[in-house]
Amino acid sequence: MSTSTPETLEPRQSRVSRQLDPGFERSDRIFHKASTLIGLSTLVLTGAIGLFLGEQSIPTLSHYGLAFFTGTQWQPEIDKIGIASVLVGTAEVAFVAVCVAFPLAIMFALFISDFAPRRIKSSLISAIDLMAAVPSIIYGLWGFFLLQPKAMDLSRWLSQHFGWFFLFHVDTDPNAAVWQQSRYTSSVFIVGLAVSMMAIPLACAVMRSVFDLTPLGEREAAMALGATRWGVVRTVVLPFAKGGIIGGTMLALGRALGETAAVLVIISPAYGINFHVLEAGGQTVSALIAGNFGNATKAQLSALLTAGFVLFLITLAVNYGAAIVIRRSRSGAATEI
Amino acid sequence: MTSTMIEGSPVTAAASLEAVDVAAWFGSSLVIDNVNLRMQPATVTALIGPSGCGKSTFLRVLNRMHEAVPGAQMAGEVLLNGEDIYAPGHRVTSVRQRIGIVFQKPNPFPAMSIADNVTAGLVLTGTRISRHDRETLVEESLTRAGLWNEVKDRLETSGSALSGGQQQRLCIARALANKPDVLLMDEPCSALDPMSTRWIEDTIRELGKTMTIVIVTHNLAQAVRVSQWSAFFLAEPGEPGGIVEQGSTDQLFSAPQDPRTADYVSGGFG
Amino acid sequence: MTTLHEPGDAVAASDAPVARVARTPRKIRRLTPDDWTSLVGALLASFALVTLIYEHLLNLSGVLGYLVCWYAAFVVVYATVLRMANSRKVVIERLVTVTLYLAASIVVGALLSTVVYTFAQGFHAYVHLNFFTHDMTGVSPTAPLSQGGILHAIVGTVIEVAIAVIASVPLGIGTAVYLSEVGGRWSQSVRTVVEAMTALPEILAGLFVYVVLIVYVGMPKTGLAVSLAMAVTMVPIIARASEVALRVVPNGLREASEALGATHWRTVYKVVLPSARAGLATATILAVARGIGETAVPLITSGASSFLNFNPVTNPMNSLPLYIYTSYTTHEPSAVTRAFGAASVLLAMVVVLFVVTRFLSRDKGAPR
Repeated sequence: MSTSTPETLEPRQSRVSRQLDPGFERSDRIFHKASTLIGLSTLVLTGAIGLFLGEQSIPTLSHYGLAFFTGTQWQPEIDKIGIASVLVGTAEVAFVAVCVAFPLAIMFALFISDFAPRRIKSSLISAIDLMAAVPSIIYGLWGFFLLQPKAMDLSRWLSQHFGWFFLFHVDTDPNAAVWQQSRYTSSVFIVGLAVSMMAIPLACAVMRSVFDLTPLGEREAAMALGATRWGVVRTVVLPFAKGGIIGGTMLALGRALGETAAVLVIISPAYGINFHVLEAGGQTVSALIAGNFGNATKAQLSALLTAGFVLFLITLAVNYGAAIVIRRSRSGAATEI
Repeated sequence: MTSTMIEGSPVTAAASLEAVDVAAWFGSSLVIDNVNLRMQPATVTALIGPSGCGKSTFLRVLNRMHEAVPGAQMAGEVLLNGEDIYAPGHRVTSVRQRIGIVFQKPNPFPAMSIADNVTAGLVLTGTRISRHDRETLVEESLTRAGLWNEVKDRLETSGSALSGGQQQRLCIARALANKPDVLLMDEPCSALDPMSTRWIEDTIRELGKTMTIVIVTHNLAQAVRVSQWSAFFLAEPGEPGGIVEQGSTDQLFSAPQDPRTADYVSGGFG
Repeated sequence: MTTLHEPGDAVAASDAPVARVARTPRKIRRLTPDDWTSLVGALLASFALVTLIYEHLLNLSGVLGYLVCWYAAFVVVYATVLRMANSRKVVIERLVTVTLYLAASIVVGALLSTVVYTFAQGFHAYVHLNFFTHDMTGVSPTAPLSQGGILHAIVGTVIEVAIAVIASVPLGIGTAVYLSEVGGRWSQSVRTVVEAMTALPEILAGLFVYVVLIVYVGMPKTGLAVSLAMAVTMVPIIARASEVALRVVPNGLREASEALGATHWRTVYKVVLPSARAGLATATILAVARGIGETAVPLITSGASSFLNFNPVTNPMNSLPLYIYTSYTTHEPSAVTRAFGAASVLLAMVVVLFVVTRFLSRDKGAPR
């Protein structure tokens, strides 16, 4: 009773799919609406942060105008307020932190993913995670009390030998028999070192996770051709993880730009644009806000909130960029199961 | 909760399932077309054919799992005891309750114990049941799936601790506990060793005496061993897949009408 | 011995009297004596060289500089030694390896020094029992360490974090469920914003809550304000880490659940979320570890106090990070020691949370 179905030969008319009733239960419709609502609330929250801070900065911006961005003084007593110097200071701290964090983070991430003996690999991952979890205030204390005396030697050495380069210049005689230690303390450089302790784990974690996504096939292909571990890293891992490396570094940059507590502990506030990172004194936006918030008048408060608004825009731009770069670098590899 | 269950025949009487002119798309690509197949009550129907010819897609159309894939669409009708399961007003969830499916890879819920896995269907559909009935259901379902004797002393341990073959039988028990009218199986043995395969095949033969079962398999010998009716699927390059030939398993394998079927059942290409 | 038996065959057990020689796996890719000697030799040679010329010829000083010079000399010596017997490829490989080992030891060393230094400096504070049982009411910063304590800060931190968890976990996990299980037109924007928000500077969260609650609503500075600001920074962290945890749940489980006739909601609630339990807990703890260390948030939204306060809605509430900061700013030796003592307690809390996380993520998928 076999029945052959003769088909395939007839010309097939193009078919139209059925409109299906998804038949969602009422509970599902509520569930979808509720979870969408929650998801959107994070969008709204971000928007609200910008909105509220922006609204608060209107009086300041209308009072000072463009001078708010170009002025270098923060002297509310004489009504001179500008964030140019703190913006530069923020950038300097972030620059130093990223310069220190980037090589260490990428090397540590490579060490974990490709070079470390297998049995210590998970401990190293824990170390990075723990490093990210240590509160920044503790890095501040560490930087001030333990790191600073050691780092000052380095500062002095750099200014002695490379003082002709404007970044390493210190306005004192570096070769004096008794060197003026106070010229080297609480500098942007030392703050940057402490902040790099927070930037390293962030960048390292992103980089490592992307390194681990490198397709096994490509790794093994390189190994089968006789590549050393470094050869595998250079030809397969690094090109694959380019996006993750850039994104992780940007994320670290965003963290360094917004860091407050460690900066507050170490830096001695000084205004005025100064590119001598080894020299004592400096200021960042976040430390400016935190340091002056307690005893600010209403007008000063508005100025501080404006500074916060500017910081918000900067960090959001940096983090947003980082998020996009990282996502793009992962999208190819992390295909769904 | 599930008040709009389709009123059908009592569970004991096996149900019939019929696909009428079924087509299915993923996005804009048509993967099966013009599939007509009547799956007889209390019969094991095997879907055979080379990889990528749409057997699994067809199987998933039969219990509306197809539409769980984003962008998936279908046309035609699937009649369960003469009623179109795609008709408006039929809830997807109750259709799936009545037409159970066992997947290729065993997938017990890792966060549940063995007993909880068996009754997962009740929990997931919000059906209440007394403690005593629950125990009876667990034992009955595990017994029908041929797993009871192996796990009766460790019902409260995690289902993921079982071997692959046991996990697959647990998944069968889980599907059976829903008291479905039809059981679909998508290459249920392809991830298992020969011993476990034999066990599962015994189970299928036993269940097939009272239930309507549709099984997709790559293993021709398995189709011969477990099924009474077979349908041969094939997709020409660039064309959607469809049934080339169907008939009783004996006939299809001993005296195929279509040369392509003959090629496949003798050589098993693809 | 080597015949095949049917499973369950009883013969196998009885005919095994011949003692098997216990086999140990071969050690492959072990360092050869040559590798060792070149490494140790280069280390010693460069050490000797630098010791000889560092202060006398180069006229340098300082431990840090010494180590840098030692490393530079080591690289040169090691490369030379290796080049004598190996190809260029091998030399580069070894140099990269020692460089990565150095970078790793710098990072791990920095972390260890932070932890050890904090506990060591705080030792004189936290050996006194009163450090844990008293607050700082009426105790001046210069008072000896046998007076006063940080009970108020510990209590404040615990209460604030608890409220922040209650506020942020539903939102965070809800967002993750939206992103991973429901999706829709907005999911891409939400995901990007969540990722960008994970690195939102805490001070901005503090300012935001300050503006909304204290400027607009007119609330006083309290522990509740701190908690809400903490929650603002914690939500994206929880959302992001939870989404990763939910994505790891195999799709087969969702299919199995839906194939049994489950509604979407029940699939998520009964199958997906329980399967991702460990990951969700880890996500929460990660966020707590972040929130617990925030300093700028309480500085802006609460302000320090020296007394014990159990009520999050009236009066300022101190917390450990804020206490550390305010004690440090007095620059009094005993206050700084107290700051380190409080830092030790804070660090211990973080480490405990951290160990719990490790423990949770280890037995992923294990039975209850």
